[in-house]
Amino acid sequence: MKKIFGIICILVIIGACSDDSIGEGEPNPSPGEGERFERSSMLVNWADNIIIPAYTEFSSDLATLKASLEAFQSDVNETNLIELRLSWIAAYTTWQHVAMFEIGPAESLGYQLNMNIYPTDSEKIESFIINDNYDLSLSSNRDAKGFPALDYLINGLGENDAAIVTRYNGTEKEALFAYLNSVVDDMVNLTDSVLSEWTGGYRDTFVANDGASATASVDRLVNDYIFYFEKYLRAGKMGIPLGVFSGSPLPQNVEAYYKGDISKTLFLEGLNAVQNFFNGKSFGSNENGESLATYLNKLNSVKNGEDLALLINEQFDLAREAVLGLSTFIGEIENNNPPTDMLLAYDEVQKVVPLLKVDMVSAMSISIDFVDADGD
Amino acid sequence: MGSIIEKYIKAPVEAAPLAVFRIFFGLMMLFSIIRFWSYGWIDKLYIQPKFFFSYYGFDWVKPLGIYTYGIFFICGLATLFVALGYRYRISIVIFFLSFTYIELMDKTTYLNHYYFISILSFLMIFLPANTYFSIDAWKIKNKAFQYIPAWTVNSVKLLLGIVYFYAGLAKLNSDWLFRAMPLKIWLPSKFDIPFIGGLLGQEWLQYAFSWSGALYDLAIPFLLLVKRTRPYAFLLVITFHVLTRVLFPIGMFPYIMIVSALIFFDTDVHQRILNGVAKIFKIDVGRFRNNKEFKYLTPLRRKLVLGVISTFFLIQLTFPFRYLLYPGELFWTEEGYRFSWRVMLMEKTGYAQFKIVNGDTGRWFYVDNSDFLTPFQEKQMAFQPDFILEYAHFLKNHFEKDGHKNVQVYVDCKVSLNGRLSTEFIDPNIDLTSQKESFLHKNWITPFKDEIKGI
Repeated sequence: MKKIFGIICILVIIGACSDDSIGEGEPNPSPGEGERFERSSMLVNWADNIIIPAYTEFSSDLATLKASLEAFQSDVNETNLIELRLSWIAAYTTWQHVAMFEIGPAESLGYQLNMNIYPTDSEKIESFIINDNYDLSLSSNRDAKGFPALDYLINGLGENDAAIVTRYNGTEKEALFAYLNSVVDDMVNLTDSVLSEWTGGYRDTFVANDGASATASVDRLVNDYIFYFEKYLRAGKMGIPLGVFSGSPLPQNVEAYYKGDISKTLFLEGLNAVQNFFNGKSFGSNENGESLATYLNKLNSVKNGEDLALLINEQFDLAREAVLGLSTFIGEIENNNPPTDMLLAYDEVQKVVPLLKVDMVSAMSISIDFVDADGD
Repeated sequence: MGSIIEKYIKAPVEAAPLAVFRIFFGLMMLFSIIRFWSYGWIDKLYIQPKFFFSYYGFDWVKPLGIYTYGIFFICGLATLFVALGYRYRISIVIFFLSFTYIELMDKTTYLNHYYFISILSFLMIFLPANTYFSIDAWKIKNKAFQYIPAWTVNSVKLLLGIVYFYAGLAKLNSDWLFRAMPLKIWLPSKFDIPFIGGLLGQEWLQYAFSWSGALYDLAIPFLLLVKRTRPYAFLLVITFHVLTRVLFPIGMFPYIMIVSALIFFDTDVHQRILNGVAKIFKIDVGRFRNNKEFKYLTPLRRKLVLGVISTFFLIQLTFPFRYLLYPGELFWTEEGYRFSWRVMLMEKTGYAQFKIVNGDTGRWFYVDNSDFLTPFQEKQMAFQPDFILEYAHFLKNHFEKDGHKNVQVYVDCKVSLNGRLSTEFIDPNIDLTSQKESFLHKNWITPFKDEIKGI
């Protein structure tokens, strides 16, 4: 009897300690390499071939944007305005490749919310320009900065480029440029601090956290990734302007509203970025590495199930095809009542959500919106 | 027959096993309540949410805002009194009521374990668990008995046996046995567990776990009953539950089951435990050993108690089979799934998008579920038909209060079960507000496309 109680004690202690060790463990030497997917090599591919290169490119795009702004400021004319606008579009395009990585440094800074909240509050921006008294680091001012604020300041200040240039040459010249510079500097600073943390030490932390708990890198980034797809790509760029959550269209809620004709392009860029990430495609090249797709294929070989990675890619492609067939988002929404074609395209985008949020995570045993509660 | 009744029901047995059970049960529950409270789960699960999912017929049971803490406090206090055996009868009644109230507040948190605690505490109301080694027995001479009728101890064993055996029966299905599902999904993701982590991805191990799990559940009640196999069986109990504790987030339950299984041991084991406790607290055990035998005051009372207990067990034995009255696949429709010891049988995930339609104009919009539900609630709602229906009615009320007219609610719901590709779960052309909750089959559930054979 004593023996039994001794064993109880030991086992209970093992049990009691076990949950604390989850997530911090070293990768186990695996006896069954053939069957096992190495989460760590996927993390390495994500960090070294996708995330860090994308941030690096984005950071250099912002430097170009800053340079274009300086050129415009020193010589306010239409050519320089157009040049500035092109730099803004280039940076906005690359942004679509980093927006989904709201983890680590980006998460603690609230990067996404500080860079791209729209619709922007043009009245607030105007009042800031007049009063010259604002603090862009306040969360209440997020709708007066980032790409959407630049959209207003570059595209929305006048009927046409001549009118915009006239305004920049007018009495508010100094205040306008001060604000424009504050917005760009804020974006540069945020981006540099995210990038420097990634290259500084977070990369190793990220890669080393290769366990399978709710706090492990894979589980967390997959959650962020799906959240991004659902909230920002599907709802933000399409659903909300279409009015699918409000009952009536809200065309002023499209991304880059003042520019008017690039919302669709930005959406497609975001869709490409999301699909590339799914397939582990290196940023800026055609190399493919370990990814959610290869992970699913590996799991599938055990499960004898459907080829989920293929199904997801096919749905991504269908969504792209449907959106490619549209004219500009604003045009679709304003010229059609109801905007049937865009609603149908939205449905194709929507169909990706259950594939990711139900089938993929269920296959990987990753819990969505991890809830810290007991199970059965 | 007569001798069996004599031996297992009427015969006087030592009260020590039941006393030990009472003490451990009380302490385990006390610890569970403290743990629940300290994790901030009262706030997170019962105060933060704006909406709560009710069991059919129990929609009057709701959290009480900040006073919900009061229910937990009362419940915790009752556990302590139960453990001490102080004013036992009223304490266990209060525990049963408060604990059950807590469980009824929101079915999102339904766990078989909680149901087990509820019915066990109900059973304990009728057991003389305070006649020995309790404050009641210490203080009041005529409440102290060294012997109690055999059925009082055996009913606890029977309930434990039912839990295990039925959990084993539920595993006799083709997904569990021949596809090793859902363990095949769950185990590989635990690759970072020390020692065994690397093995969990191996198919043979997943099958081994599935089959031995089913075998364990079916055999363990009998192995515990037979004296010769009992010590080994108890070792198995410990191994099994510690393993499940390591692999899955199941909280206190493994410990509760390990401790409960002690009741199968003979009196001398329990007496030794009590002697140990007595030594620490310097209690004179001799005072309880009065050689008296517990008898019901009146024959009527005895008959009443036996009537309640027999009905209780009759329900326990038949209720898990109520699913046979419903058409369709049980795992898919979940009609008759709860309260039946179906534990860890499914990896089921869903996604539900609700569409609010104006019945007059046809104008529509989608609902953002996070406006109304916590992530946990949304997750549970998305694959259980009764949740979906209740939520649809809630949405109708909400939007009609907001001024919308003639609201209809449709849902686009996809569910994946045990690794199958997600498919349509609810008929998307059904206005859910036209459907009422009942115990009848929900014919708006899209039939399961595959087949799962077995019990």
